[in-house]
Amino acid sequence: MTGGLSLEVTNLSTTFETPLGAVTAVDGVSFDVRPGEVLGLVGESGSGKSVTLRSLIGLIHPPGKVSGRVIWNGQDLLSLPSGRLARVRGGEIAMIFQEPMTALNPVLTVGLQIEENLRAHTALDRGQRRARAVELFDLVGIPDAKRRLENYPHQFSGGMRQRVMIAIALASNPRLLLADEPTTALDVTIQDQILKLILSLRDELGMGVVLVTHDLGVVAATCDRVAVMYAGRIVETGTVVDIFDGPRHAYTRGLLSSVPRGGAERAPLLAIEGTPPALSALPPGCAFGPRCSFATDACRDARPGLLTIAPDRQVACLHHDAVAANRGQVA
Amino acid sequence: MREPALISVEDVGKVFPMTHSLLRYMRGMPQLSVNALNGVSFDIHRGETVGIVGESGCGKSTLARCLVRLHDCDSGQIRFEGKDIAALEGTARRQFNRRVQMIFQDPYSSLNPRMRVRQILGEALSVHRMRPKAAIPTRIAELLDIVRLPSDAADKFPHEFSGGQRQRIGIARALAVEPEVLVADELVSALDVSVQAQVVNLLLRLQEELGLTVVFVAHDLRLVRHISHRVVVMYLGRVVEIGPTERIFSAPAHPYTQALLAAAPEMDPRRRNTAPAARGELPSPLNLPPGCAFSTRCPLATDRCRAERPALRATENGHMAACHLVDTHAVTA
Repeated sequence: MTGGLSLEVTNLSTTFETPLGAVTAVDGVSFDVRPGEVLGLVGESGSGKSVTLRSLIGLIHPPGKVSGRVIWNGQDLLSLPSGRLARVRGGEIAMIFQEPMTALNPVLTVGLQIEENLRAHTALDRGQRRARAVELFDLVGIPDAKRRLENYPHQFSGGMRQRVMIAIALASNPRLLLADEPTTALDVTIQDQILKLILSLRDELGMGVVLVTHDLGVVAATCDRVAVMYAGRIVETGTVVDIFDGPRHAYTRGLLSSVPRGGAERAPLLAIEGTPPALSALPPGCAFGPRCSFATDACRDARPGLLTIAPDRQVACLHHDAVAANRGQVA
Repeated sequence: MREPALISVEDVGKVFPMTHSLLRYMRGMPQLSVNALNGVSFDIHRGETVGIVGESGCGKSTLARCLVRLHDCDSGQIRFEGKDIAALEGTARRQFNRRVQMIFQDPYSSLNPRMRVRQILGEALSVHRMRPKAAIPTRIAELLDIVRLPSDAADKFPHEFSGGQRQRIGIARALAVEPEVLVADELVSALDVSVQAQVVNLLLRLQEELGLTVVFVAHDLRLVRHISHRVVVMYLGRVVEIGPTERIFSAPAHPYTQALLAAAPEMDPRRRNTAPAARGELPSPLNLPPGCAFSTRCPLATDRCRAERPALRATENGHMAACHLVDTHAVTA
């Protein structure tokens, strides 16, 4: 076992050409993922969290353009030739998707699909690959592994399909797992099983995990650190306990108070008024300004940068002290 | 003594037959069918919010559709003010349709994309002759105001709105006919969290102001807890537990409810548990286990659970559970 690797993302931007002009889906995002750590990327639809994940490993196709630096194991993934990137992707860095039915090949048995990955990224011979596939199915908790390897994706339930996808992702012993809403399509008892599976694999294999989700409950239950995204930018980062205890960005605060908690049944929730802006028509200054109750003229003049206010804690809000102070009155 | 129930669901069953495959036919095997609802009974009282929760395939959406008579029940009956809704005809049926309204999960597919909001609301108003023709524009403006949409919304098409706004149009359309009961099937599931809260607040406010009875079908336990007075927990087409919201969440009696609550992630990162709450997955509704439907996943299941189907029995004030073990106190919250 070599020492853990970390991923360093600096100033990542992804733009798409659209008929309405260039749209910046991810705008100057920087973060790092340490070995064995679960980093949550949280945000609502259109906040750029999935595009961020895809940009990391070159899954953005033209006319999409990606700039910035993604340093993994001493090399910049964004400037790697496609052949070498393909070896990293699915090898050291694996990804699982929200909808396993579309990510799996419907006309191949799942055994063949695992084997495909093992052939591409390991030096095992046929018999060893077969044995490893059974091992992987056992690891992710698919009963009757030998027989199930002969099955096609449609013969699995949603939760089992997600396990198959995780097994395929793990085939190459990845050091970093990118998970894009892995449990959003699943029922709550199955979601619980899958999240706990990912956490126990993280502990066993020491891999880092980037978990993209919109569900704050999932974040609270699984992540070590959180980066909150809004309109393509990171607006706040911190450890999960710090973020949940004392959000310092008005958006994070609104997001947390939008979720009903036990104890105040049938009381109005503190909703965030309005809707997220279209990426093609971002307001000047802070993108959250028009929906923010703390906003002042200064917020409309210039876009606040991400400030480091404590170790492991960054926030992009001019009034973060006021937000933190106001939290007390609300809770 | 409480007044009689506004809607009573009595032993309702709904079966969806599958296509009979030639192979099965030639082998003389019976046609397969999905038992979506299996003897569901409960009451809904005027002015209350009843939450119906369960995982996918538990029959909650089928039940919602039966309540508004989009499906006819295959067995049992649903009574509205004491009258079997399956027997309503003509004017009585139209009256029922007006008084019990449904709001659908997907605001993208439940609004006609070729109609302006004015036409969508106007149609509801004129079909049920809610207002004389001349008063319709005023009423449309009123409805938009009730759901907090700008007045210029009337002349736009559904695609010009965001998801949350579209759900408001769905609510306005349902309210246009001045219903007494709203059946909301996964009302906010397709919306972002911050927008969800807006729609939930709207629903709570409307219920207070208009004295509506609400049936809130959802899979999100936090939302159901927030909105409902009483909660019905369903599993594979059966009611496994029913009771006042506070009791269900603080002292769940059925092992399935307990597993469901334990599986829902806590909003507090300090309170994590590492053991999965429920093992296994839902059995196929084509082939239900003979005894308790949850017995295949239940950690406490006994031989009796696998053989004999437990009936829904009262544990205390208005709290009922369908579990053989509730009486013996083997199940603790």
